Amino acid sequence: MPGPQGASEILRGRAWTFGDDVSTDQIAPGRLFHLRTDLPELAKHVLEDENPEFATAVRPGDFVVGGRNFGLGSSREHAPRILRIAGAGAVLAQSFARIFFRNAINVGLPVLTCDTSAIEQGDDLEVDLGAGEVRDVTRATAVPFAPLPPVMLKILSDGGLVEHFRMYGEFHLPEG
Amino acid sequence: MTVPATLAEKIIAAHAGVTSVVPGQIVVALVDVAIAQDGTGPLAIQQLRDLGQVRVKAPTAVFFIDHAAPSPRAELSNAHQLVRRFCDETAATLSDVEMGVCHQRVAESYARPGELIIGADSHTCTAGALGAFATGMGSTDVAIGMAAGQTWLRVPETFRIEVDGRFPDGVGAKDLILTIIGRLGADGATYRALEFGGPAVAALPMHERLTLTNMAVEAGAKTGLVASDEVTRAFLAAQGREADWRALAPDPGAAYERSLSFIADELVPVLAAPHTVDNVHPVAELAGTKVDQVLLGTCTNGRLEDLRAAARLLRGRRRAAHTRLIVTPASQAVWRAAADEGLLQELAVAGAVVTNPGCGACVGVHEGILADGEVCVSTANRNFKGRMGNPQGAIYLASPLTAAAAAVAGEIVDPRELLGSGGLSTKGAHHG
Ligand code: SF4
Repeated sequence: MPGPQGASEILRGRAWTFGDDVSTDQIAPGRLFHLRTDLPELAKHVLEDENPEFATAVRPGDFVVGGRNFGLGSSREHAPRILRIAGAGAVLAQSFARIFFRNAINVGLPVLTCDTSAIEQGDDLEVDLGAGEVRDVTRATAVPFAPLPPVMLKILSDGGLVEHFRMYGEFHLPEG
Repeated sequence: MTVPATLAEKIIAAHAGVTSVVPGQIVVALVDVAIAQDGTGPLAIQQLRDLGQVRVKAPTAVFFIDHAAPSPRAELSNAHQLVRRFCDETAATLSDVEMGVCHQRVAESYARPGELIIGADSHTCTAGALGAFATGMGSTDVAIGMAAGQTWLRVPETFRIEVDGRFPDGVGAKDLILTIIGRLGADGATYRALEFGGPAVAALPMHERLTLTNMAVEAGAKTGLVASDEVTRAFLAAQGREADWRALAPDPGAAYERSLSFIADELVPVLAAPHTVDNVHPVAELAGTKVDQVLLGTCTNGRLEDLRAAARLLRGRRRAAHTRLIVTPASQAVWRAAADEGLLQELAVAGAVVTNPGCGACVGVHEGILADGEVCVSTANRNFKGRMGNPQGAIYLASPLTAAAAAVAGEIVDPRELLGSGGLSTKGAHHG
């Protein structure tokens, strides 16, 4: 599968692992509601209730690795946006909540569904977008990730939904 | 030849301009109503401005200032100002600080059976109680939906939730939906539409149907729907909108991915324990848990009948000395009706602080943030860590009756014990 426009075919970074059911309340805490119009500031608090070190220690390109049902809860699009601003190269999880998944694609954050159970905190990972594979370099293992549906691939490769609209002035999506 | 269709399939097909759709199909569909609130609206507006789109094509576009209303701090005041300005400049409607929670307002004033509604708020699915296909999305999707009057959708598979029998006294839609979510799991219905039906649902008044559909998203669902019938007509008529009514039902023989059956008579009061909504337990298992705060309100259970239910239990009683009781009517209409009936007075006498309508303490911005280690019993729809403004707080979700009972007892207790319904014991009762 082709990678998103502008991204290299192979993404590299370290794993930041989180558990099942990471909600958007944990990614973008409600008590920081007032920072929603200041995303760079809000990004300094991304996931802080789950791992206080993440926001400061994450390096550009690192991966957020979740378990099941990542991103459940509130529709706040701020959640995938601040993950991206903080530097996350992609989110890998066993499954995603629907709204988060759609939002992530809309804002150009790759979200990949794969078996994350063997990935540990700090592992060096390679995501081969072309081969559809996540490689754990530290552990010398690899798992496939589920291909994105064609519509989502289209929106992601156009650079997000707003860019898609800028290009076509309307929905211009593949069927099926 | 028409293929038998579920409620969701019927509505999507009609909005995609085709005679039928199948689950999994991607369609571009017309949007009737698009909404956003003060948390998601500013980002939607920024997207529209970036696109140079300050025209709104969706027939109804509404921005609600409800999540932090009135504004507790300057940053939010500025966000509110941005929303007001946009509404001044465009065809978008403003629902300002006094009006209440978006989903209650949509049910009262905007949603019609058969419509397609998108909202930058995950509980947009609430409007499905009126027989609309209503789903939550992000700010960007809703911004584009407003500007283009269209959105793209994947036609969901439908789960049929069939409910038979009659609800016992003291048990209601909140106990049913929590029981359903407990069985499905927080991701058990991801991408699906939940279609609620059967004799017990047909007999439910609109406020209870709204509680059911409101929480569909807590099982991961894209939407929850109830057929539009005479109850729907009566509700719309009460809002002065009877002309907006039309009957809408799924076709006999429609294909469901899964069917789940529940018997209302077997339900008991339940709570969702911290920190996931599917962590559902009968009240008997949690009885005795000390409670610091009770929240009665929100788009799940902040309606007039919910306030009545709580007042019924609180009459002649007072909140426990160590348990704060916060009552937040869902909308101005609810607030005014409750005032007219003397309910607000009764609740205040019982020791409640009655706030302005809105989201109140639900999302952790103001009006009731928990302290470290505190326990809240809330009638809301979410108990995630940090939800009420403090990750050190613990939230139990329950019905208005169970919440009111907790306020009186100062601990989790079976509300039926306080309703005087003959010393019912939940021991050995069936759990959904
Ligand atoms: S009441 Fe709570 S759940 Fe409902 S819209 Fe407001 S913040 Fe969201």
